[in-house]
Amino acid sequence: MNLECKHVWEQISGYLDKQLDPEMLAAVERHLETCEVCSAILDSTRNILVLTADERTYELPVGYSKRLHERLTVVISGENGGG
Amino acid sequence: MKTAAATNEAALIARVLAGEDGLFHELIRPYEKLVYVTIFAIVKNETEAEDGAQETMISAYRNLKSFRGEAKFSTWLVTIAMNEARKRLRKAKAAAEDSLDEGSEEGEGDYTPAVLTDWREIPLEALERKELKKKLREAVGKLPEKYREVFVLRDIEELNQEETAAALGITVTLVKVRLHRARMMLQKMLVPYLKSAAPSRGGFFRRWFQ
Repeated sequence: MNLECKHVWEQISGYLDKQLDPEMLAAVERHLETCEVCSAILDSTRNILVLTADERTYELPVGYSKRLHERLTVVISGENGGG
Repeated sequence: MKTAAATNEAALIARVLAGEDGLFHELIRPYEKLVYVTIFAIVKNETEAEDGAQETMISAYRNLKSFRGEAKFSTWLVTIAMNEARKRLRKAKAAAEDSLDEGSEEGEGDYTPAVLTDWREIPLEALERKELKKKLREAVGKLPEKYREVFVLRDIEELNQEETAAALGITVTLVKVRLHRARMMLQKMLVPYLKSAAPSRGGFFRRWFQ
């Protein structure tokens, strides 16, 4: 199976999630070995996912947890007859 | 086989339902960030996200007896959080139309990645940069809603395909399609910033074409 670039692009997400079937995976890898354009697309997409998974990319506001539990305490005690 | 954490969680849920309501605090503690970030990534507003997270947890407390333990507790919470986020987004949209979300039906739009010439591998330290994280959050915020939802659950919250499909009420196939499109749209939006994070070749043309 020989793939053109645009067909490889359609497989990038599946490739990153390791969900390609063996035949497709082999074809994509063969293409990537010689195609700088597709390798760059793959690499940049992977960089984005690394950045996304970094837990410092999305942070909690200061005091969030405290306010959340204070509100829950009010709700919980209110629904148990003030106890 | 259930993990020890899952077993503890099931025991905690049973105790809360049996009347030890105060233990609800312990039950949700591991998921505070999950719920906030899910809502924030959808509504793009800190205050709204915090209010929404509180409402989600209150709703989870009030409806805990309807949790059957078929899904993971975290998936159940995410489902509530996602509904809360959608509700808030609708309200915000009624006030100010979000043109980017208009006309984004399946099959429309451009999901091809940006083709890079002069690409250099980016060292991990460069990805640590704050500006890049900010750009990423902005780009995620620009995704049409249905792609954003899938991206948030799969790539930010790292739910698996089945959990994501269950939380959004869509098929696994649709999760895959939307996730791929979301990633390609982000790649296109973020490539200019990724490129500037790569070590410079220092050439005149490179600077010229940035």
